[in-house]
Amino acid sequence: MSANNEIDYGTPVSSAENQVTLEIDGHSVTINAGSSVMRAAAEAGISIPKLCATDSLEPFGSCRMCLVQIEGARGYPASCTTPVAEGMKVCTQNDKLANIRRGIAELYISDHPLDCLTCAANGDCELQDTVGQVGLREVRYGFEGDNHLDAEKDTSNPYFTFDPAKCIVCSRCVRACEETQGTFALTIDGRGFESKVSPSQNQDFMDSECVSCGACVQACPTATLMEKSVIDNGVPEHSTITTCAYCGVGCSFKAEMKGEQLVRMVPDKNGQANHGHSCVKGRFAFGYATHKDRITTPMVRDKISDAWREVSWEEAITFAADKLKHIQATYGKYSVGGITSSRCTNEETYLVQKLIRAGFGNNNVDTCARVCHSPTGYGLKNTFGESSGTQTFDSVMKSDVIMVIGANPTDGHPVFGSMMKRRLRQGAKLIVVDPRSIDLVRNSPHVKADYHLKLRPGTNVAVVTALAHVIVTEGLADEAFALERCDVESFDKWKTFVSLPQNSPEAVAEVTGVDAETMRAAARLYATGGNGAIYYGLGVTEHSQGSTTVIGIANLAMATGNIGFDGVGVNPLRGQNNVQGSCDMGSFPHEFVGYRHVSDTETRSQFEAAWGVSLESEPGLRIPNMFAAAIDGTFKGLYVQGEDIAQSDPDIQHVHHALRELECLIVQDIFLNETAKFAHVFLPGSSFLEKNGTFTNAERRISPVRKVMTPMAGKEDWEVTQDLSNALGYPMNYSHPSEIMAEIASLTPQFAGVTYEKIDAMGSIQWPCNDEAPDGTPIMHADEFVRGKGRFMLTEYIPTQERTNSKYPLILTTGRILSQYNVGAQTRRTENVAWHDEDRLEIHPHDAEVLGIADGDWVGVKSRTGETVMHAIITERMQPGVVYTTFHFPHSGANVITTDNSDWATNCPEYKVTAVHVAKVAQPSEWQQKYQSFSDQQLSLLENRIVAGD
Amino acid sequence: MDKSNLIKMANDIGSFFKSEPDRTLAIAGIEQHIRNFWEPRMRKEIVEYIEKGGTDLMDIVAEAVKKLAK
Repeated sequence: MSANNEIDYGTPVSSAENQVTLEIDGHSVTINAGSSVMRAAAEAGISIPKLCATDSLEPFGSCRMCLVQIEGARGYPASCTTPVAEGMKVCTQNDKLANIRRGIAELYISDHPLDCLTCAANGDCELQDTVGQVGLREVRYGFEGDNHLDAEKDTSNPYFTFDPAKCIVCSRCVRACEETQGTFALTIDGRGFESKVSPSQNQDFMDSECVSCGACVQACPTATLMEKSVIDNGVPEHSTITTCAYCGVGCSFKAEMKGEQLVRMVPDKNGQANHGHSCVKGRFAFGYATHKDRITTPMVRDKISDAWREVSWEEAITFAADKLKHIQATYGKYSVGGITSSRCTNEETYLVQKLIRAGFGNNNVDTCARVCHSPTGYGLKNTFGESSGTQTFDSVMKSDVIMVIGANPTDGHPVFGSMMKRRLRQGAKLIVVDPRSIDLVRNSPHVKADYHLKLRPGTNVAVVTALAHVIVTEGLADEAFALERCDVESFDKWKTFVSLPQNSPEAVAEVTGVDAETMRAAARLYATGGNGAIYYGLGVTEHSQGSTTVIGIANLAMATGNIGFDGVGVNPLRGQNNVQGSCDMGSFPHEFVGYRHVSDTETRSQFEAAWGVSLESEPGLRIPNMFAAAIDGTFKGLYVQGEDIAQSDPDIQHVHHALRELECLIVQDIFLNETAKFAHVFLPGSSFLEKNGTFTNAERRISPVRKVMTPMAGKEDWEVTQDLSNALGYPMNYSHPSEIMAEIASLTPQFAGVTYEKIDAMGSIQWPCNDEAPDGTPIMHADEFVRGKGRFMLTEYIPTQERTNSKYPLILTTGRILSQYNVGAQTRRTENVAWHDEDRLEIHPHDAEVLGIADGDWVGVKSRTGETVMHAIITERMQPGVVYTTFHFPHSGANVITTDNSDWATNCPEYKVTAVHVAKVAQPSEWQQKYQSFSDQQLSLLENRIVAGD
Repeated sequence: MDKSNLIKMANDIGSFFKSEPDRTLAIAGIEQHIRNFWEPRMRKEIVEYIEKGGTDLMDIVAEAVKKLAK
């Protein structure tokens, strides 16, 4: 069922630019050509009864409820499938139409359980509304004949039920699965009376191909597909628009509430990133926000072997501030720092970095983007002049050739993945560069990569440079664009470099594992196939040459003129919801808000004037540098807001060592996460439902986050940071996050025109938003690169130092899965574990056979840094010699294995290449056993915490 | 801090810039990169390393670090 109190126009809006005028029930209506009569009527405020039509789906014309009469036309055409025409005269209500509609409604109701008063959809049922609308008063056909009332209910999905007894076979669910989600998991099986909705081959939902996006549930006009949360709690009574707290797509949702209870998340059809679609995480996996593991009282302790002691907010803040002051007095002002989170709002991250720069008096602030997209910032800033993607998500609908490099949109960014699949079904070509056969690659009737460059992990730069070699040496470059828009000297130097024989596809075929002719064909397609767009993810950035690959991608776009308009561009797919925002907000140790270096005197002076303090001109420590300095004994205090570095960062044993060396670790989070197990101060955080602020998604879209319930711990996160700052002696006095945004806007050219009022009025804003672009900037670098002339840079392939040998013969690469999110702290505490309840090792059948491993076996995975044990999945998704796992569960220890290798420019860890040995084993690794013991001890210390009055 | 790690980080930077055909530009690029992104105590340690005769840095990196010291 769709969101409460929304107008459903029945069919989608027409994008035609010309308009026609027609008459409906005597009213003159002007609307875009190509619109349906139903839509025209709805826009004029005339409601035509309907069941199979909804404005998120193409018209279908099956229910016959929306019949109208059109002057001069024969019969009674369906208004949903009849396009408007100039001068058309339509009648939507007369006795004949009323009789027909009542007859149709009567037939539907004759095979529908009449349990409306106790039905979960009571008050929110389109069938109920429509039957009422047509005035049905009598059902002449009894229930004695054949019917479907005893059809078995499918409750297998943890989030929704399927009750075929209530199904009217309108096909809205089937069409939503096809058109909106693009999974094609549902069909209408059988004919006539036997027709029924069937997941896959008459399986239940959980065993089918269904990805649980919920589009079918939203499309269903009855209680056939119904959220269990609505069944349990009743129909919501009010809603607030907010933004999802999961991936970098940043979907807009209506949080539908009963009082302060969240009943249902319904994707907002006016959402400019998601257009009414969602994934299983955003729509359904919100139960973590009120999970019993939430910690809502501040806690402190002197040593991590001590039991926690619950204290008041005031005592916790004072305890933390005193510790930090003592550390700085003892070890110097550079001995403390902080980490911001991409799971927090722009205003929160801004405030944390301000606290560190102005309150701590140093630049030791970093963010979790360090370990994901920091190479994007470096690479795009140096080539284009701005540390961001160039497009809107909608831009993909104008792409002719889509190149996906090191990303898995259908798992990592599922709503955008659905949009991309829609464009591919329309005929766009697809090139996938990935060591693994992601879903987009697999042969299916709906989506298939034209070229899959199944490269060896760690060879991105060789492939990207080889593509450039083909484009230049075969004369496929857009010389006119490059000469006009780019730095000519750098372009010439780059052409000479990429043309070298060692950069040809033939020369790098052996090292990359990609057939030379496939590389040549892919390069030709990208350069000559029309609008070419590149989408990339962590499979690009999390390498020792992550920044080099980003640069190489920018080079490709500039060389082919694929930049500056719809359908093209360079598009980093950000992992977490506010990766772009946390980077924008000055979270990196070398930059103020808006990507301006701390050594820039003019910029620094602005901040000094606004903040009333003298600021450091030298870069601070990055996260891995903080760990090194902690082990070295020069870094002793750390404030971590919303991050879980003890799980997410590489070479975990090294990280844990560093955390143990700290004299004061302050963790602000909603759960006692892995990092908090090493903490001395725990400051309870607020979920995205409990605070106001903004998130900025992967397309630079600033969207509202709005409080729908009271913070469980009593404070929004920004208030806690403010309290800590005040206790440290640096005064902050904000009364609402909108004031923080106003300060950000006053200090940041890209945000100068951003206000909460404008965000609310427009729904969202893509930065830059300022006097030159008061309504924001959907497409970057349209007439000129931000840096002036685009800069080509050389991209020599340097093999990673992480090499396979006889002891470590396989390469491990890591990634994500649809149902889980990042370190899993949120999704592990939801029913999403029904799909993925542990991290597993994917291995190719050939490798498994050689190693004597059967599907489901426990396998030990050992690298030069550590060893862990997990269950094996044998799959041909992998290539021989390469294994894969996810990192959503702390005790699987995926990051025990990963190394401290990192990107040369940014120190982004090389998660994607680790040489490993895999063998069948019988028990968890030594690390897992030790960590389990430590974790159990910490949970015991939490369980036995000292509460006030004890 | 761990010297070997700093040396590795510096050489990784050098590996990117060594494809620059103009050696002067390559050295300047390395120097600027370290200046822009390394915290002062890290710069100090790598400078001390080269001043004490350390030999594990690539040539162009060693040159850049010497310029850093000035």
